[in-house]
Amino acid sequence: MQEAKFEYLLRLGDNALVLSQQLGAWCGHGPALEEDLALTNVALDLLGQSRMWLSYAGEVEGRGRDEDGLAYLRDGGEFRNLLLVEQPNGHYGDTVMRQFLFDAWHQHLLAGLGRSSDPRIAEIAQKSAKEVRYHLQRSAGLVVALGDGTPLSHERMQGALEQLWPYAQEWFESDGVDAWCAEQGLAPAAPTLEAPWRASVEAVLARATLPMPDHVGHQRGGRQGIHTEHLGHLLAELQFVQRAYPGAQW
Amino acid sequence: MSLAAATRPSRDQVLAWLESVMDPEVPVVSVVGLGIVRDVVWHDTRGEQAGAGMGRLQVIVTPTYSGCPATEVIAQSIRAELQLHGVDMVEVTTRLSPAWTTDWMTTTAREALRQYGIAPPVGPAPGRADGSQVIDIASLLSTRDRPAVPCPQCGSTRTRLLSQFGSTACKALYRCNSCLEPFDYFKPH
Repeated sequence: MQEAKFEYLLRLGDNALVLSQQLGAWCGHGPALEEDLALTNVALDLLGQSRMWLSYAGEVEGRGRDEDGLAYLRDGGEFRNLLLVEQPNGHYGDTVMRQFLFDAWHQHLLAGLGRSSDPRIAEIAQKSAKEVRYHLQRSAGLVVALGDGTPLSHERMQGALEQLWPYAQEWFESDGVDAWCAEQGLAPAAPTLEAPWRASVEAVLARATLPMPDHVGHQRGGRQGIHTEHLGHLLAELQFVQRAYPGAQW
Repeated sequence: MSLAAATRPSRDQVLAWLESVMDPEVPVVSVVGLGIVRDVVWHDTRGEQAGAGMGRLQVIVTPTYSGCPATEVIAQSIRAELQLHGVDMVEVTTRLSPAWTTDWMTTTAREALRQYGIAPPVGPAPGRADGSQVIDIASLLSTRDRPAVPCPQCGSTRTRLLSQFGSTACKALYRCNSCLEPFDYFKPH
């Protein structure tokens, strides 16, 4: 069942990689210099985390693929990231809301992974958790500032929340991979993160004067490799150099 | 003790040499002062390689932030510095756990930061070292509980956080309301 562990590590690595790539696209386009710097710093943290997860995934798989092989040479259907992180950057409020919903989940996930029965998973998670603390502090602060801001910023944040909400639920569903990892003590069971995540999100949305969406039903598939149309475009940019010039180094 | 071991520079000597290897992004603080160098260990190389002399020196380092681009430069600088002192077989290895924290930064390093114009971390690293402490969002957003960061230029504590991320991930951006200068703050981590 090393295969399930490999799959789980890909999920962790791909979430960080795809979100990092998305944030990197803001470089030079941020609405203010401070925001530009913050986004690219968060992108860099996530890229570092992704490298640690994918390196380990490659070792567990044992077929000689390293972090670069996994990042640059897999097609969309082999990516295991959540649908949320591949949703377009949109306007700044969309990017901020996507980040907040993710950070709030990420901190709870990493806190659980920090107690993993696998020491390597535990140490990567403990390292990452310290970084995500600052990510969450920043994204939660912005959600409050913009949600409880002007009528226009409030309306945009509410719109972003409604649109992204259906993509921010699949991570609580258990599947074979998740159940096996939870059973082995490698990772917290996906459904156990729902209540703490809701509590974190509710606390911030209340201060941001943004009502919680009451959607039922949601989108799923990212962890199984069934993605929205956005992932292909993102990978085309991410992988272009290695696809066009295999083995290129700098 | 083998003949090789007798000619080896001591652990303290090696650490003293590494005091002159500066962090590439904050060139007034050494990799030892920052707490990046966790340990140095000698290994016998008899049987591994003929004429290996004093043996192989393993330098164990830990990254500050996982995406820190300085990590590879630091490993190179460590090897170069030790080669200057005749230690040819140097192996720089990475240790992730326990995760790096600003609590390991020496007093000298903190003072060097301040003089360089970067406010050193105020107070201990937040949360538990193993990251298992879930964040209380209310306290995270409250500005009242945040410790005052003295301005490195004029010493005033009338300062304000502008952004949680500054010129690098390890720093936040502040502004002093007294002298009106912006400054970098090395975040407790």
